[in-house]
Amino acid sequence: MAWRTREQVTAVIRQRRRRTDRLAERLMAALSAACVLLVPLIAAALWLRAWPILRTRPLGDLLFSTVWRPQQGAFGFFPFIMGTLWVTAVAMVLAVPPSLLTAIYLAEYAPPRLRAVANPLIDLLAGIPSVVYGVWGVVVVVPLVGQRVGPLLHRWLGVVPLFRQDNPTGYSILAGGIVLAVMVFPIIIAVAQDVIRAVPQGLREASLALGATRWQTVRNVVLRRAWAGVMAAIMLGFSRAFGETMAVLMVVGNIPQVPRSILDAAYPLTALIANNYGEMMSIPLYDAALMGGALILLAIVLVFNVAARAVLVRWVGS
Amino acid sequence: MTEPLIEIRDLNVWYGTEHALKGITVDIPARQITAVIGPSGCGKTTLLRSLNRLLEETEGTRVTGQVLLDGVNIYDRGVDVTEVRTRVGMLAPKPFPLPMSIYDNVAYGRRIHGLPVLDKGNGRHLDRIVERYLRAAGLWEEVKDRLHSPASGLSTGQQQRLCLARALAVEPEVLLCDEPTSALDPISAQRIEEQLRAIKTETTIVVVTHSLRQAHRLADYLIFLWLGELVEAGPARQVFQNPRDERTRAYLAGDIG
Amino acid sequence: MVPRPRISRRKLEELFFQGLMIISTVGVLGSLLLILGTIVWRGLPALDLAMITQTPKGGYYLGQEGGILNAIVGSLYLALGGTLLSMVASLPIALYLHFYAARSRWAEVVRLALDVLWGIPSIVYGAFGFLLMLWLGMRASLLGGIITLAFLELPIMARGMDEAIAMVPAALKEASYALGATRFETAARIVVRQTAPGLLTAVLLAFGRAIGDAASVLFTAGYTDRLPDSLLSPVASLPLAVFFQLGTPFPKVQERAYASALVLTVIVLVLSVLSRWLSRRLTRHVIR
Repeated sequence: MAWRTREQVTAVIRQRRRRTDRLAERLMAALSAACVLLVPLIAAALWLRAWPILRTRPLGDLLFSTVWRPQQGAFGFFPFIMGTLWVTAVAMVLAVPPSLLTAIYLAEYAPPRLRAVANPLIDLLAGIPSVVYGVWGVVVVVPLVGQRVGPLLHRWLGVVPLFRQDNPTGYSILAGGIVLAVMVFPIIIAVAQDVIRAVPQGLREASLALGATRWQTVRNVVLRRAWAGVMAAIMLGFSRAFGETMAVLMVVGNIPQVPRSILDAAYPLTALIANNYGEMMSIPLYDAALMGGALILLAIVLVFNVAARAVLVRWVGS
Repeated sequence: MTEPLIEIRDLNVWYGTEHALKGITVDIPARQITAVIGPSGCGKTTLLRSLNRLLEETEGTRVTGQVLLDGVNIYDRGVDVTEVRTRVGMLAPKPFPLPMSIYDNVAYGRRIHGLPVLDKGNGRHLDRIVERYLRAAGLWEEVKDRLHSPASGLSTGQQQRLCLARALAVEPEVLLCDEPTSALDPISAQRIEEQLRAIKTETTIVVVTHSLRQAHRLADYLIFLWLGELVEAGPARQVFQNPRDERTRAYLAGDIG
Repeated sequence: MVPRPRISRRKLEELFFQGLMIISTVGVLGSLLLILGTIVWRGLPALDLAMITQTPKGGYYLGQEGGILNAIVGSLYLALGGTLLSMVASLPIALYLHFYAARSRWAEVVRLALDVLWGIPSIVYGAFGFLLMLWLGMRASLLGGIITLAFLELPIMARGMDEAIAMVPAALKEASYALGATRFETAARIVVRQTAPGLLTAVLLAFGRAIGDAASVLFTAGYTDRLPDSLLSPVASLPLAVFFQLGTPFPKVQERAYASALVLTVIVLVLSVLSRWLSRRLTRHVIR
């Protein structure tokens, strides 16, 4: 038969194609494996470099001591860890409610024309470099916090320590939080909006057909269905805010103290590393300490990732 | 019955725990049109997709038994799946042109198999081959002036004929058609049927159809499946006029399914 | 019919939340526009042709004369190099997830790793890149920056491509398989074409992240007033230019920071428009 001769002639070609396919598979598998190994590799590299101080000081001291005097060999990370957590927390408190409300509005209520204008703008702003947000922070937010918002909070809510203003400069946790919040708006809005839109139309109609108002439908049906995805959107925003360096560094004041008020200055871990890399090699153990700081950041990211996943799995499972 | 080209022996297919085909044993005659009929969900498509091993692209399927193509079991370990699919072509229910030009769609199969180089040695230029199979699919006249525009611009009926040309260009011995006209308008459907009848002198065709009238028009040989089991198989005329099994009789009469 | 009160509680609730949502939307979009406005308002007066066509003059790092061409060119080299390098790894990984490891445990592990990598702060990538360079005996250089940025971009690009490829209909892959194509042929010839717009979006997204990132190149690329002449020479970048210039006490140098920020913003804006335009052009062959 005709195909037999053809098959004989093309046997060589077929073998070559099969080899190419297998080679491609191996190469791709190797790259994937390398990608999986990258996380432990980064951790190991930082660990090795930080080993001189990890070896000589108890972990409890490093994490919970408030004394940071590199010249004297005192490396207490507590102020910096608190700085990171405070700024991130303030940013999320400021970012999440308006982002979600905006996402719901754009997905469920907004006329298509508004959506057609708003979404490209949001995409664009998601891409604007953090240093530009930082410039905005220095030019607009810091004076605003120092001269208007700060005194206002102090006058009306000053009895609560959280809102006392002992620092008139405006370079503060609140300024950092505002800049970060605006920075993560586009991220949370874009993802949450996609998730909300993905809820099947039939579900909405079922609720509306029972006489529910739009908001009742959103609250009881749409959000319930989209919950896991909305949480994922918030977590993406959190990751971004938590790891941000430049925008925060420029507005947060960078004073190594444990903050008591959102109007105090703080010194997040990321800022610590970025500000001091220059003299890292000239003070003994300083490089180990800074790499230790990076390791702490990485550890928090890992713990957070695992915890978030566990929580999500439980929620989605139920 | 002419000499069988495909012999199916005790073929079982599971999707996960669902037993989709149960011990099918049947022969498919060479250079005829075999129609596989039966109610939806009876395993028609599964049977078809077992013949070119496309089943294994779906996760969680398990196949036992044999499918002999010219006496060789295509499920044997040493058999190259791409070779099976070169010899056994397929036409899907919905046309899926590849994301490239009309010309490249027809040439795709030959190119990946490295045939154009060989053809050149035999004095067969790729252009001529593309033209030939576009003609065989009855599409040449409509597209000859825009061979290099995107295939996505064709109408659904034209796309399905393009898919036919694309499948034929690899010069398969067997062509599997899974409800090839279900997504088409009546005129395009008629065209496809005409082309299938025209090529059966060279190619063995297996058609899955839920339309008894289409089976009537096309089939030389008939296979009737019911809930994953083979109920009856035989020359089309015989099965239509004189079914042996009660379920076949009921299905053909429209009482069940 | 039972008579109802004219404004029921649920009607009030509806109005309340609608109001809240509109206020939020206006606030969010307003603050975002405010940023653009601030950058343009502050940057435009300081921007002139010399800024984008000359390297700095008069003083190491923070010269008050000349332009920021060193940073513009440096940033483009860094981001371009990092993106190319990252692409070489991302595309195979994304294809692997769908063609060879589809729905397997291993694919989930790779995706988890990519998610974790996505969340790692860029300063940590910077520190890692720095250590890597120490081991390799390299100095702060264009190459060092490129390698670090490639790591930073990898999860962004690979997940974006992963999502784009996930949209390919199974029937399209089967059409290729049914013609006897191997997995690799189907991946390289069909799926890459079909998903070209999505792949491009992922690439440009990663490029945008890379060109705007300061923390990762701080350790690894260095900073200089000159244009880079080899892969091993240190190189300036726009985000760092903004940062350093703004950090000086001289108002005139700070002006230059605003101009640099504006240039960076314009580059990102052009990228965003380019991405939309290109992905529309690439849909010529896409099958829906």
